[in-house]
Amino acid sequence: MLSISNFHVSVADTPILKGLTLDVPAGEVHAIMGPNGAGKSTLGYAVSGRPGYEATEGTVTWRGEDLLGLDPAERAAKGVFLSFQYPIEIPGVPALTFVRTALNAQKRARGEAEVSAPEFLKQVKAASKALKMDFDMLKRPLNVGFSGGEKKRMEILQMALLEPSLLILDETDSGLDIDALRIVADGVNALRGPERSMLVITHYQRLLDYIKPDKVHVLAAGKIVASGGPELAHQLEAEGYDKYLPVAA
Amino acid sequence: MNLATRIDLNDVSSFPSRRVEQWKYTDVRRYLREVPAAAERIDVEVDGGPFRALCTNEYQTFGNGRTHEGDNLLKGFGRKGLTVRPDAPLLDAIRFVSDSAFGGWQASLGYTVGPNDHVVLLESYEGRAGAYIANAAINFVVLEGGRLDRIVLADDTAEAISISRADVTLSEGSEFNQTILTTGAKLQRFETNVTHPGHGATVRADGLYALTGDRHADLTSIVTHAGPDGQTSQLIKGVVRDTARGVFQGKIVVERGADGTDARMGHHALILSDRGEVDAKPELIIYADDVQCAHGNTVGNLDESALFYMQQRGLSAEEARALLTRAFLFEVVDRIEHEGAREEVRTWLMESS
Ligand SMILES: Nc1ncnc2c1ncn2[C@@H]1O[C@H](COP(=O)(O)OP(=O)(O)OP(=O)(O)O)[C@@H](O)[C@H]1O
Ligand SMILES: [Mg+2]
Repeated sequence: MLSISNFHVSVADTPILKGLTLDVPAGEVHAIMGPNGAGKSTLGYAVSGRPGYEATEGTVTWRGEDLLGLDPAERAAKGVFLSFQYPIEIPGVPALTFVRTALNAQKRARGEAEVSAPEFLKQVKAASKALKMDFDMLKRPLNVGFSGGEKKRMEILQMALLEPSLLILDETDSGLDIDALRIVADGVNALRGPERSMLVITHYQRLLDYIKPDKVHVLAAGKIVASGGPELAHQLEAEGYDKYLPVAA
Repeated sequence: MNLATRIDLNDVSSFPSRRVEQWKYTDVRRYLREVPAAAERIDVEVDGGPFRALCTNEYQTFGNGRTHEGDNLLKGFGRKGLTVRPDAPLLDAIRFVSDSAFGGWQASLGYTVGPNDHVVLLESYEGRAGAYIANAAINFVVLEGGRLDRIVLADDTAEAISISRADVTLSEGSEFNQTILTTGAKLQRFETNVTHPGHGATVRADGLYALTGDRHADLTSIVTHAGPDGQTSQLIKGVVRDTARGVFQGKIVVERGADGTDARMGHHALILSDRGEVDAKPELIIYADDVQCAHGNTVGNLDESALFYMQQRGLSAEEARALLTRAFLFEVVDRIEHEGAREEVRTWLMESS
């Protein structure tokens, strides 16, 4: 279970998360929705350990282990995966090289045997086929010159290969065409399992037709302000966030 | 145009100080106040150097500035009219091996590439030990239609003073491609002066420095376009750590009448420590019309968001930095056309950066 309790996070000394509490039991998928600037990406960064996102109060544990004391790579080795809202371009490092380096780094950190080049190639070929990605694209520097949708698929490809246990998807649906949305959702659903927890950040109810959440939370002004079942997403789509926002002074 | 000072190790007054504009970042006088003792003669095995496996043609080794026969002046090195197939260049090697506690040596060399010849010259500076003072000068002449690819690997000691100067005279329709890769020295400079006649001649003058400790490397070049329709491109990349210092001075002069010149220069450096330093002086001096010139210069650190992204996927901070740094430098290596030389250089860089 992912357990976040009274979590406060500041960026450049500005408080962004202000006492956020959230539990995602093993095997569940929770959606997070909320207005622009609410702190959704901040939550993803802070849980995965981005420098500059300072946890000033509260706790975050994954499978009973404290995450906040670990560096980002240690968290990744524990199974934390953040699909970035804006995936970063890595000039000069071919996507294939990068993913293999990452996979083997995680395996080393967990004391597991590294995967061999041929075995890895086999896995990548299967995964890229499932995501309908052109294999040649993986020889290019990671994300450099990729379209918005291609970058998102690349995130899901990495997720499929790294097999994380705690998945945070930050607006993975934005920028995807309708077919891609389905393909990506299939990729995510394939990873659902009794041992995994997922946080799906999105602005659109549509994604949740494909990735059916167990719960939906509203994040506004740095806190979870409402929680409910999938019907909450429909309600938000119809009514917007007005009633969750502080009344303007 | 020849603004640079010629250094003679036997004449203190020829040692430039930082008061000479061209030498303001590489103050030889500060480190060398008197004529150094002559470096002792050393025997260097003929079979060796980083490029031994590649070289198929002429092979020349200098030990403390002297050839096996004891010469420190070689003329007429290189070959004329030997290239049989344009896709199979000749591979020559020149090695400068230094090993002296504090002795100095100087050597000069004339090297000609014959008409329509294609030569890949593999040049290495191999510092074995000591605070030696090395001073090499090479005069290159590339005759009409000839092509010279000069690849320099420099591994001097951290105590050495090492100055190397190349004067390159090109002819119409000729090609000169250079890649200098260095790990620096206590004080080190590679200077390249190219006279570019235009008329279909092309120049690529690349370089790379990867410096640690308190090493210093200075890549200085002057390319003078004297005739119309010449091309020059230059990509220099550097990484400095600790208290090291990288210097890039690149000057491209387009003289009156050198219309239609196309010149591009880029220098990009990473400073990976608080006390590392990079001094860059890119200059384009244009007296002609209708020229295309551009230069870019950036000095920065590794991209923080890229580092975080890589760590999020499981790479340690150290691995992420190393991978990004190498990828940054490899862009220079990738521009080496000869595959065997490029692979050799790539291996060298993996071990040196
Ligand atoms: N370096 C910073 N300094 C100050 N404020 C920052 C900094 N970085 C982010 N913020 C602020 O933190 C708030 C939360 O940003 P965050 O990216 O988490 O929002 P979000 O909920 O993901 O929004 P969106 O739906 O637009 O993606 C925003 O108001 C943003 O301006
Ligand atoms: Mg966001």
